[in-house]
Amino acid sequence: MNDDSPERDFRPRVLVTKIGLDGHDRGSRIVAAACRDAGMEVIYTPPWQSIPAVVKLALEEDVDVVGISSLATDHLIVPKLMSALREAGLGDVRVIVGGIVPDQEEKALIESGVREVFHPGSTMEQITTRIRAYAGEARRARGEAERQT
Amino acid sequence: MNKPVDNRLLAEDESAHARWQREFRAGVAEAREIANVSGIPIAPLYTAADRPAGGDDALGYPGQPDYTRGIYATMHRGRTWTQRQLVGLGTPADYNERLLGILARGATAVSLIPCNSVYRGLDADSVDLELLGTCGTVVDNADHMARCLEGVDLAEVSCAMNDPSPFTLLAFMLIAAERRGIDWSRISGTSNQSDYLSHYVANHMFYRLALPGARRVLMDHIAWCRAHVPRWNPMSVVGQHMQQAGATPAEAMAFTLSSAVQNAEDCIARGMDPDQFLPRFTFFFDVSLSFFEEIAKFRAGRRIWARLARERLGARDEKSWRFKFHAQTSGVDLTRQQPLNNVARVTAQAMAGIFGGLQSLHTDAYDEVYATPSEAGARIAIATQNILREEAHLTDVIDPLGGSYYVEALTDAMEEKILAIMKTVDDAGGMYKAVEAGLVQRMIGASAMRFQQRVESGEQVVVGVNKYRADDDAERPPVERPDRERMQRHRDDFVRAQAERSPTAVAKALDELSRAAESDDRNVFAAVVDGARAGLSNEEICTRLRRDFGDGRPLVIV
Repeated sequence: MNDDSPERDFRPRVLVTKIGLDGHDRGSRIVAAACRDAGMEVIYTPPWQSIPAVVKLALEEDVDVVGISSLATDHLIVPKLMSALREAGLGDVRVIVGGIVPDQEEKALIESGVREVFHPGSTMEQITTRIRAYAGEARRARGEAERQT
Repeated sequence: MNKPVDNRLLAEDESAHARWQREFRAGVAEAREIANVSGIPIAPLYTAADRPAGGDDALGYPGQPDYTRGIYATMHRGRTWTQRQLVGLGTPADYNERLLGILARGATAVSLIPCNSVYRGLDADSVDLELLGTCGTVVDNADHMARCLEGVDLAEVSCAMNDPSPFTLLAFMLIAAERRGIDWSRISGTSNQSDYLSHYVANHMFYRLALPGARRVLMDHIAWCRAHVPRWNPMSVVGQHMQQAGATPAEAMAFTLSSAVQNAEDCIARGMDPDQFLPRFTFFFDVSLSFFEEIAKFRAGRRIWARLARERLGARDEKSWRFKFHAQTSGVDLTRQQPLNNVARVTAQAMAGIFGGLQSLHTDAYDEVYATPSEAGARIAIATQNILREEAHLTDVIDPLGGSYYVEALTDAMEEKILAIMKTVDDAGGMYKAVEAGLVQRMIGASAMRFQQRVESGEQVVVGVNKYRADDDAERPPVERPDRERMQRHRDDFVRAQAERSPTAVAKALDELSRAAESDDRNVFAAVVDGARAGLSNEEICTRLRRDFGDGRPLVIV
């Protein structure tokens, strides 16, 4: 997780998406554009993705990080997404959530394996710096897993 | 005969102005350029020199075209405004309890926000239980609506439904009224969110028919409502979604007026007389913290609409020229940090809307930025309106800022900006074509990015976020979520009731929908109302129409 890591110059692969029922996409669009401008490979989807669709995309696109934008309580099904990713063998993919998440529910998300929740007021620099770090983590974990098999 | 000019006074004025300029320049260390969110440069002082010759006469009077000073002669001195708080949560029974509570505390109209499942055209049994009722009420059929509105006098209280195409909630409400023996001629209110264009470009919060289908269903809805529910406003043109999605105030006003023109011209093309439907057009706007910019936005929009209605759309009735609008304080401006500060923000936003001459107001609860409003948050939001209306003397004078050098100059500048943006839309072939091509979406996205950059650079201060931060954020109270067991029972009851209907009657009602969709001579919304009476659910109606009209897809533009 430090910036001196040799992966500093790699291009993280990030999926920015929305699951569930809500369509407000101002946040996801801005974050996707910021990641792209920060030199990442961004896979962006329209809202209303199903959990299986996100798992499939994460697998096919070989992403390091999945960013879920939730403005209207769709974060409540993120624990289901976490289980589905693990079942698909994607336990190394780092998942972050951004949007409107109440404190008590943030705790449940972190317990389900979400790495971080970004709230309104986060800057794009904070978000992209963290995503880069999580992507590095994901790649190292995957490398580790491959060495062990 | 011309009045002789008093040269002595003029000379003195000039020197006073020169002295002020000198002292101002000396007093401010750095001449900082200021522009508002819409990009209009703001001077440090406005004077009589900023008024056009004979300018104040051109402002006219409230209730007289072009209505810069308000659409009614009485404005808030007569009737203040409708206090319309958005409500939506849980099961129909939960909603009913909350609704009766806020009516008892001073709200004067009903609004109903459905669950996101309803927006998406899905019934309760097609959706994760966790998501049901968290952002709105689960209303899937006429029985549910009847329960929502129990104890509410539908013949007296105006009801606004957040009800995108194909307007199933209105259909459910009309059936609920019919069962109580209330004549539809007594029903009043608004189909909020009937503006499919704003949904398409901004928040995608609806079950989406492909654009041509959405256009057809809206026209049918307007025509049917004018014939059968005369006090209903079938068209609410929405700028709120676009501004929340990032459009500047000038863009939001321009896109809204362009949408209104598009919808009106579509009605005219169908053979309707503008004076038959324009009096039932209403507008719905966001009101942000850019205080004077918002006031100028509303004043400019009001007079542009009066001219458009008269000159471009050919309306002759003054009622058609009046720009009636509802405003909602901007949720995007609220902060999760130090959440009680939001009460101050909402107060300033609401004041801008009031000075802008609104007809109806929703004030956000301070906790909306991290949850669906709590009971406590909703109470303060209502109290804020009561204080502004009855304690603060804001309503004593009509258009109290009229004639202010600054407000008038800004109104003129906003008008010019709005007209320029509308020209861009017209050049693209009108709002429908501009949306189809993604032009509007791209402009909004670019403005959202610019605003984000203003905040991140500190040019736009947000207290508690990029300035005056505090480690000890006020504690956020726990959020209230609908009771899962009650929701489960609501869902089970619904599934049972669905199974108890006659399959042949259901099939017949669905086929009637298709027949209406297939023929231009029939009215799709009439078939939706008949379907609601026959017990069809929201998902059944939406799925069938999506099959017939095609499934709209959001344009993805990053």
